[in-house]
Amino acid sequence: MIVSAPGTNRDADVALALRLAGADPFVALVAELEADPGQLDRADLLVLAGGFSYADALGAGRVWAVDLRRHLGDALDHFVAGGRPVIGICNGFQTLVRSGLLPGGGRRAALAPNDGGHFDCRWVCLAPASTRCVWTAGLEGPIDCPIAHGEGRFVCDDDTLAALGDADQIALTYAGANPNGSMGAVAGLTDPSGVVLGLMPHPENHVLARQHPRHRAGRPGDVGGLGLDLFVNGVRHAKEL
Amino acid sequence: MGGTRRVGTVPTVPGMTERLVVAARGQDPRSAAVTRAAATLGYPHLSIEVADLVLTDHPVGRALGDLLIEPLLQAADDAPGSTGVHTVDVVPRHGVTDPAATELHRAAEWTGEAVRATVGRRYRVRGARSATELDRVVRRLLANPVVERWTVDEPIDLGEPPEPAEPIVETVAVAGLDDRALGALNAERGLSLDLDQLRAIARHFAALDRPPTDAEIEMIAQTWSEHCAHTTFRADITLPDGTTVEPLLHQLRSSTETLARPWVVNAFAGNAGIVAFTEDRTIALKAETHNHPSAVEPFGGANTGVGGVIRDVMGAAHRPIAITDVLCFGSPDMASTPDGVLHPTRIIDGVVAGVADYGNKIGLPTVAGAVLYDPAYTANPLVYAGCIGVASTLDPPLTGPHPGDRVVVIGGRTGRDGIRGATFSSRTMDGATGEVAGASVQIGDPIVEKLLIDVLAESTGLFTAITDCGAGGLSSAVGEMADPLGAEVDLAGAPLKYPGLQPWEIWLSEAQERMVLAVDPARLAEMTTVCRRHGVELTDLGHFTGDGRLVVRHGSMTVVDLDVGFLHDGRPPRSLRAELPAPQRDVDQLPPANLDVAATLLALLAHPNIACKADVVRRYDHEIRGATLGRPLIGVEGDGHADGVVLAEPTEHHGIAVGIGVNPWYGMLDAERMAHAAVDEAVRNVIAAGADPDKIALLDNFSWGDPRRPSTLGQLVAAVRGCVDAAAAHDAPFVSGKDSLNNEYLGRDGQRHAVPPTLVITAVAHVPDLTRLPAAELRHPGHYLVLIGAPETWFGGSHLHLVRGTSGGVVPPPDAGAPARYRVVHHLIGGGHLGGLHDISEGGVAVAVAEMAIAGGLGAHLEPTDPATLFGEANGRFVAEVDPHDLDLIRRALPGQVTVLGVVSADPSLRIGEAVRIGPDDLRRAWRGRY
Repeated sequence: MIVSAPGTNRDADVALALRLAGADPFVALVAELEADPGQLDRADLLVLAGGFSYADALGAGRVWAVDLRRHLGDALDHFVAGGRPVIGICNGFQTLVRSGLLPGGGRRAALAPNDGGHFDCRWVCLAPASTRCVWTAGLEGPIDCPIAHGEGRFVCDDDTLAALGDADQIALTYAGANPNGSMGAVAGLTDPSGVVLGLMPHPENHVLARQHPRHRAGRPGDVGGLGLDLFVNGVRHAKEL
Repeated sequence: MGGTRRVGTVPTVPGMTERLVVAARGQDPRSAAVTRAAATLGYPHLSIEVADLVLTDHPVGRALGDLLIEPLLQAADDAPGSTGVHTVDVVPRHGVTDPAATELHRAAEWTGEAVRATVGRRYRVRGARSATELDRVVRRLLANPVVERWTVDEPIDLGEPPEPAEPIVETVAVAGLDDRALGALNAERGLSLDLDQLRAIARHFAALDRPPTDAEIEMIAQTWSEHCAHTTFRADITLPDGTTVEPLLHQLRSSTETLARPWVVNAFAGNAGIVAFTEDRTIALKAETHNHPSAVEPFGGANTGVGGVIRDVMGAAHRPIAITDVLCFGSPDMASTPDGVLHPTRIIDGVVAGVADYGNKIGLPTVAGAVLYDPAYTANPLVYAGCIGVASTLDPPLTGPHPGDRVVVIGGRTGRDGIRGATFSSRTMDGATGEVAGASVQIGDPIVEKLLIDVLAESTGLFTAITDCGAGGLSSAVGEMADPLGAEVDLAGAPLKYPGLQPWEIWLSEAQERMVLAVDPARLAEMTTVCRRHGVELTDLGHFTGDGRLVVRHGSMTVVDLDVGFLHDGRPPRSLRAELPAPQRDVDQLPPANLDVAATLLALLAHPNIACKADVVRRYDHEIRGATLGRPLIGVEGDGHADGVVLAEPTEHHGIAVGIGVNPWYGMLDAERMAHAAVDEAVRNVIAAGADPDKIALLDNFSWGDPRRPSTLGQLVAAVRGCVDAAAAHDAPFVSGKDSLNNEYLGRDGQRHAVPPTLVITAVAHVPDLTRLPAAELRHPGHYLVLIGAPETWFGGSHLHLVRGTSGGVVPPPDAGAPARYRVVHHLIGGGHLGGLHDISEGGVAVAVAEMAIAGGLGAHLEPTDPATLFGEANGRFVAEVDPHDLDLIRRALPGQVTVLGVVSADPSLRIGEAVRIGPDDLRRAWRGRY
């Protein structure tokens, strides 16, 4: 299930990724889901897609986080407690962090405006870093995919960063250039149980080889792995439950 | 500073205002940016800090406070003012779209805190030397009087919107007015009508024996405006020798009819051009300008320009898939600007942010475009926005409206924003324009428009006709749909942002993000359900009648009662005089033979028109939808420029290419040849991107000066002739177009400053095979670098002249061999023989090769060293990277059109002859605009 709030705009992109990963995705509008939280029981995997929920007014993901906490808090906790995988991408990640679902244990981290001061769209290279996270476990190679955000700089205090590292909750880091000044080059986090993944970049925009900007023009070694691999992992985990 | 000052006019009612100032912990990047901007404007001694300011009518509770402040990043700032630091509070004016406040109200409902709020900024300014200086900085940098109000050294109040007035319909006396009185009425109401048109209105109402209402006269002015009726493009034009020129719109239309391409579905009718390159789907394309609004409120102007052109595509019943933009600005390093004109840096920042905000938030990739700089655009910046959409050919056709269909408006609410935008766009600007144009400017809300896209995707078959509410608002949208049927609507039920709008204001308001639908009464319930599901407001205003009258009521009052025939056909034809230009076409203005080649090439690369645009392009999400397979930025470091972009559904094997052609420096010398060159460049770009030369559709967008000046109109006539000839030569039909005239600024000195003739051509073409897309970069050391096209070049309007500060000469003539050449090139691409290909445009061969080298991270050794070969400009040419094994084959395929320029080298330097060697660092530094 892909949850869409007013302003979510990459739901179709992530639907393609899930289909290619072997799932049968459907989009649920957040207002309808709130009216009938039981719908969550019918989902095996949950996506909070990217975009500008509620216009990102007052800060990225803030209003959606209040929305989810107020209206779906228990249902979401129940979903995660059942071990069903959840992924929040870009605005979905910002929302999961604001709502305290990531990294878990209260609000301990934030996604601040990029150190460049504005929205930035470019391709980055990601290193999978967590074996605990069901989405990244077993992935070796770098993953290439674009970023497209204005508020993606991961911020927390030094102790939290160290603790997240110790707990194997840093799921993805920027390999090579750090595009937004994130602490520890953190691009994605998982929760203590490893079923929730949040990340700023857009793996759903690199699910076919020809979507890579260096697919044809590039020389060997220019092209990293597909973002699709993350979705294959997540869908496999959901199916194994 | 001598006491407190209240600068903005705020009609306040005593009430409570709670102020929450939210400041970033550590350095806020916005503070550095605004301090830098102040220095650019000539105030390097100022230091400015910025924080968010939230005004509420109740103290903010814990839950809302938690929403407003992220403790890891922000803190409430209640520090009192200190000596030497001035506080400037800025908030949106009442009634201006304020999405942050809307969302705050929504969240407050959830948390159970009933607050009324507005969200703005608090600046702390250090180092101001006088009150006058501070006031100037506030007006030029910190606030925009058009859409914002502010206070200095006094906390700003939430205030109350103006007391609503009782709705009334006034009549306007026109009977018996002489020409002078008609002129005065024209000026007083800002109607922008000609005397002939005013007389026609007076005659019409004299015959009816009643005066027009305020709404009627406003509606006629809007319908007949240059902006909506394209009076110039429909005018009869006479030349000094008495011969007449066929109306320009007819010329373009009949050129498309003559070409008779079977895949053209709809040209020059409705909201957008429509083509069908494949059997299963149609593609809608449209480009618009939003020049005047962007001059006075750059963010809002560009923002709503993008929103408007997206609605054009929605109004053609297509789902938008991509955005294009072409921006023309004054020079950023300009020391001062004329009266009432914003500095180019402010316009650039605002326009780019405005395009990025709308495109990124609505979720469409902004993929193709251009950014041009010239002092001639200082007072009249140009903002072109385009949109491409798709629809399935299986969708039921739109057959309405039918008599009895409901007139339904969906989307945002109506406010006082954007009143008279159509007539405002049709007039000359001067020092006071920013002041008087306040109500003409709107701020967009892209999320609402995103929801409209979602609603329309789910309501195929539920409506019989659709159009967007753009310039002229409901008046224009309902007025056009009701031609010839007629309609009857009641405005009393129209949802308003706030009470107190007069009926004529509701009818004319250009409030954004609204669409008008014709809905069969039997399907209205279903339509309402879809809208409700997405949280989009739907209002049933009335019905289409069939009696040919447009009747608008507000409750019991009659606001408009007009004959649709008079409204749409009663406009007296416009007659204009034109003097054709006589461009210099004999003797070119050549550069000296002993030119310093290395310094010249670096200066060209660093020229803002040529240099890397990554800083702008990366502000736009060009990756969303995963469909941008040929990107605007290419190369090993992702900062090279592609020619055209390629869009394709991720799982399909064919797609479309988009290319842009524009060259106002040619236009300044020779408008006809400019038009030819712009078409050729747009076509060349899509060819270099892999497009099929037999499936290329074109859009024209003219931005010009006042067409009542015969020389200016003459340039327009010449440019249209160039367009028509070029379309015929390339067998590429125009399917839609738009003109923006009167791009002039009347200086205090009485001088008129018009924009140079600026024609933007957009080409949209079919790409049959995604596996053979050429790349505009060097990839293979040892391969030849080859010029494809004619070796002759010209310097009129060239960038070599621009960087040398010289001018004059002959603009490149059309290349008669180009269309056939492009077909061969396409064939060679398909055969895998032209994998590296780059269009040659501004700066000539040397710039094209340098761009390919920078993109590919390789170098080249070029043999020619003469300025004409290196820097001269011409139509119809490419640089190609050619495998030595393919050279003979390519020569045979393109006899006499292939010149070997040199070879690709692994050494990333660029060598020209034996004497010149430019290292990769110098190339890239210049490319990044630092030379």
